Parts: sequence; structure tokens; C-alpha cells
Amino acid sequence: MNKIDIILSGIGGQGILSIATVIGQASIEADLYLKQSEVHGMSQRGGQVQSDLRLSDCEIQSDLIPLGKADMIISMEPLEALRYLPYLKEDGQIITSSEPFYNIPNYPDYNMVMDKLKSFPNSHILEIDKIAKENQIPKSSNMILLGMAASYLNIFTIDQMKHAIEKVFASKGEKIVNDNIKAFNIGLSSVSK
Amino acid sequence: MAQKQLVLGNEAVALGAIHAGISGVYAYPGTPSTEITEFIQKDSYSKENKIRSKWCTNEKTAMEAALGMSFSGKRTLVCMKHVGMNVCADPFINSAISGINGGVVVLSADDPSMHSSQNEQDSRFYAKFAMIPCFEPSTQQEAYDMVQKAFDLSEELKVPVMMRLVTRLAHSRTAVEVSGIRPQNEFNPVTGNDWVLHPSNSRKLYDKLVEKQPVMVQSSSSLGFNRIEKIAGKGVGVIACGLAYNYVKECNPQNVSAILKVSQYPIDPEMVKELAKISTEILVIEDGQPQVEIDVQAFLSADYVVKGRLTGDLPRTGELNPDSVAAAFGIKSSKVYDTPDFMVRRFPQMCVGCGHRDVYTALNKVLEEYPNARVFGDIGCYTLGVNPPFYTLNTTIDMGASITMAKGAADAGLYPAISVIGDSTFTHSGMTGLLDAVNENADITIILSDNLTTAMTGGQDSAGTNKFEQICIGLGVDPEHIKVVVPIPQNIESIKNMIKDEINYHGVSVIIPRRECMQTLRRHNSDKKK
Repeated sequence: MNKIDIILSGIGGQGILSIATVIGQASIEADLYLKQSEVHGMSQRGGQVQSDLRLSDCEIQSDLIPLGKADMIISMEPLEALRYLPYLKEDGQIITSSEPFYNIPNYPDYNMVMDKLKSFPNSHILEIDKIAKENQIPKSSNMILLGMAASYLNIFTIDQMKHAIEKVFASKGEKIVNDNIKAFNIGLSSVSK
Repeated sequence: MAQKQLVLGNEAVALGAIHAGISGVYAYPGTPSTEITEFIQKDSYSKENKIRSKWCTNEKTAMEAALGMSFSGKRTLVCMKHVGMNVCADPFINSAISGINGGVVVLSADDPSMHSSQNEQDSRFYAKFAMIPCFEPSTQQEAYDMVQKAFDLSEELKVPVMMRLVTRLAHSRTAVEVSGIRPQNEFNPVTGNDWVLHPSNSRKLYDKLVEKQPVMVQSSSSLGFNRIEKIAGKGVGVIACGLAYNYVKECNPQNVSAILKVSQYPIDPEMVKELAKISTEILVIEDGQPQVEIDVQAFLSADYVVKGRLTGDLPRTGELNPDSVAAAFGIKSSKVYDTPDFMVRRFPQMCVGCGHRDVYTALNKVLEEYPNARVFGDIGCYTLGVNPPFYTLNTTIDMGASITMAKGAADAGLYPAISVIGDSTFTHSGMTGLLDAVNENADITIILSDNLTTAMTGGQDSAGTNKFEQICIGLGVDPEHIKVVVPIPQNIESIKNMIKDEINYHGVSVIIPRRECMQTLRRHNSDKKK
């Protein structure tokens, strides 16, 4: 059985659901089973949001990932990556933005957050918003993050993922598609496996 | 030809209802139910076939209108979040007595663990209370398939049928295989006075409803949504309701004799007895309150061991998850890492630039001068005024309670009694309370924070938009004490003075800060660009 369990996390409005939509589209291309649990409603307003994404070539039972079973945490925000550590399996990957989102007065010491993240050998941390801005694709930082995760999402081929990006953003025009592919490539090449 | 679509549980229900031949959906938005009606509103087949789908003012008007459509022979879906059942309880319970003509499915989306709700009440009790069947799907596919069966059963038994979802199914996406679309019912209104629930009719109709009960039980054991899956010889008999079935399969427990998968109520006691016979004890796993656990105990001899939420084998509160279910079987969690000690909660907040923020900023300044004041809140984005940095609200109970509670508190001598309510909540359940306040000239100050939409659930139409001043005048509020203002930072001082003036006026006043929601504004602007 080939399967991948992913925790997607971030702050409401950061675009984690777009990452989920692309992975969902890729799962259709790859003819995989998918279950994706989302957060709607109150928490979306600047609160912590999370999505459980389960992919498998066999039927999936639970919509939720059990503790200690996630292969990967993909997070748009460093503190939010750490929030879901109890779900990560021992050698699981952490793919996260290094850029904190300060919308609470008691945000923990940033160095502590970073030290904790770096203590994981399988953590991949990048200033995705900064890089996105430098590359004139400020709205595509989430696809940089997906690119970083791509080489560990070995249930898909890279082409299947790029095709999924094209399909998901097609309705928004060629420029948006190209920006997102560019972002994906930046993320992909930033992670050496 | 069968075709697969990637949909949310809610969208599976919507598709199921469209394909089952509904002529209308009646609903008030509420997490986690909102996407059902939104899907039907956007669906091209629904539009072409004029399936009625506009939002209703509240769940009671929705339920009653649906009953009217059913009276006329058409199939209707009614959707709401669990607490909406409280609002429509009167027509809901009585529709089981009157019976229905065109099929009626009442969908209630429960929110165990209260992700976006004030309680985690269990809608299955309402179905039991009304003595009607209830379906509880375990997967999105089952949700899709069930809707049609629910309409069939509704028309066969001539009662409304409930469908209960929980957040985790409503908001989980997966591929669902869909089938063909069946035509809508013919227009065929009821004649005569059978639907007049005066005592002599009601007594007869109630007896009829009681007579239908064995048929409902029979349906639960024959439709196939409830079934016994034998696993090993003797062992624990598991009753897995709704989503619980998936969690049991996920943790794959040993020493289980069989699983009774339950997705339809009322449960057939014979199925429970059959399970008990081949098992050493029974473990009931259900989302919500321990309803089945109590029923099962009653079906079996007093010394038969039944475990569940009541016995502490599962947590008494909160939604089920794969870990709590695994723990009930003694399976150890695979958790490796703990959350760091420095982790803090990130509360949801009002958007940057939101008008409610300016209202609370001004109100908080006024409150500094009135230490005896209390602020009665309501349900919507502005409920977040309880959180940092505002900490403004003293209460939030249910839709509309801000006005009536402020009135009651003022009756008891509280001053200043201030109510904060949103536009959609005001038309949902605030207007009647305002009439009470006007009739007694209650000394209250109402802040009707109007952002021109039902914002918390994602920006649905609000029933009273452009009508609030007229509504307040019509209900008898003195026009001198209806004040409208634009909540922007530059106006904080004038809003502050306005609130103070109205506190100093000893009667009913309504201040209406009005500015469009930031979320819908952004959406409208990007629509314009297209």
C-alpha cells in the first residue's frame, strides 16, 4: 500500500486550502484515493487553521489523521508547524515558512520557535514570502511551499503536480498559472534531497 | 453513466438532493451546514430547473416554507446547523404530526467539539422527539446515496426524515460517484383540512404517527445502511454510529466479534440483540450525546455490559477521532512528539479594517466611563469582541438574545444595558425582542452593527439589508433615537458620543454603524475587475 498523510497548517486566509486543492487535483490525475478535512467558519478569521490530507492507492477510512501518523507537516507559518507536532511520525518531514505571522500579543520568542524547528533533521525552512516578492510573484508563496514538499510527495510525479497547478489556476489566466509554476519550481530546487 | 466528483460532504448532500428531484431548498446559513445551500444556488442544473434556493430569514421560516412546498406536492430540503433545530423545533415537531405530501428531508449539521458553535447538542434527539427516521452517513458517498433514500422513505411514510451530519463529514472532501437526475414531483396540493392541527385532527394524526413506528424500525434493518459485519468468534461487539465506523476501521481493533454499523435510526433492537448474542460485551461509539448507548442498555438484560461515553470508555464530550476510538480498544497512540511548552492559542479575530472593530473601539471607550454597564452580545463575527484585544462582551447565548437579555437586565435595574447585534442576526431573531422592548419602553441601547451581509458564514445575503431603519421605525422605535453612522477610525469620537447620548436617553435606542464587510468588499471588487 502506498499512502501519504499530510497536515496542512497556517493562519486563516494564508492560502493553505489552495495547496490542498492542487494536491487534490494531482490525486485525481494519479488516480489515488483522497480524503481532505478542512476548517470552515469561525476559525478562518485570523485563527489557526489546519487541513488533514490523506492520499492512498487503497481506500481511506478516517477523514482525520491519527496522532503520530502524519508523514509530513506543510505549514505557511513556523509556530503553526509546531502546533501539530503530536501528529507527526518519528521521521516525518516538516516543510514550513520561516516567516512568523504576529497577530497575537503573546507570540513565543521567535528564536525558540526556530531552534525547535531546526532540531528536526527532516525540517525544511524557507522565507517563502520574501522569495516570492523578490521574484515578483508575491501571491504565489504557497506554491513555493508546495514545491519544497514535492520531492517528498513521491506518490505523484513532478509532472502530475505541475499539471495540477495548471488545471487549478487555469480559470485565472496564463500569467497566474505561470507565476504559480515558477513558484513551484523555486520551491522544488530549494530542497536538495 | 457513473461519474466521479471531488466534493465536500455538504456538496455530496446537495448533489444527492438535486439528483433526488427537489424543487427547493430552504435554509439559513450556519457552520457547518452552509455549503449545501451554496452549492445548490450555484449549480447550473438547479438554475435551469428553477430549484428554489434563496436564503431564508431564519430556520423556522425555512422549515415552514418547506412544509408549504411539500403541501403542494414538491420535494424539499431544509438545511441548518444543529442549533437551528431549536429555532425551527415548533414546525419541525408538528410536521411529523401533520405528515408531509412531497418528500421533506431536514438536514441538521452538528458540530461536536464546537468548532464554530455555542454547544454540541445532538440532533438525533430531535428526530427521536419528533418520532421520525434519521440518517447519519459515515462517508460522503453514503451521504449522496442516502439523500434519495431519505426522500423515498419520507414519501413512503408521509413524514419528514432527518439527516444528521457532523462537522468532520460536512467539511471533508473526497471523490463521490454520482448517478442520474430524477424529475421533480408534479404540483399536487393537499385538499381538505387534514393538515389543520386542531385537537380532534391531531389526536388521530398522532396515533397514525405512532402506528408508523414499527415500519421505521423495519426500514432501518432492511435498507442496508445498518448492518452487522462479523469479524472474529467471541469478543467485543461494536456499535459504530456514523463516522465512528471509519475510526473503528482505521484502528483495526483485535478481539472484536462483529461491528454493527449504524447509519439509520430508530435502530432495530433485534440487530442489537443479535450482536449481543455473539459478543462478550458491547462498546457503543457515537458522535454526540450517549443516545444509542442508553437505548442499547434498555434493549438488553440489565447485567449485559454496555460501554461507551457514559461509562468513560470514550470521552463524555467532544467529537470522536481516530485516537479516542483507538484508546477505547486499549490501542496505544503512536504519538512521538509533544507540542512545545511555549505553544499559545491563536484566537480567531475580526479582519483588519472590519467595521465591528471600530464599533468596539468606540464602545470600549464609553464603557470606561460606565463601570456598571454590561454588554449583551449576539452570534456573528462580532462575537469575537469577547476575545483580545477587545474583551467587550458579557454574554452570548443564542441568536437574538442580546436585545431580550438587555431588556430583562434593564427590567431588573441594570443600567446601562447595551446590546450588540449584527444585521442578519437581527432579522433572524432580534426583531421580535425589539418589539417587546419598545412596548415597555425598556431602557436599553442597541448597537445594530450592519455589515450588509451574513459575514461569519462566508458572506451570504442578509434578509434585512437596506430595510433596518424602516424595520425599527415600524416596530415603534422613536425615529429620533435611530442613529446611523459609518464605522471608520475617523468617526470613533462621534460614535462614542452617539453611544453616550443614547445611554443617557432612558428608552429604546438603536445605533446602526453601517459599512460593508471586508470579505465581501474584496470579493465584490475582484468581481468588478473580471
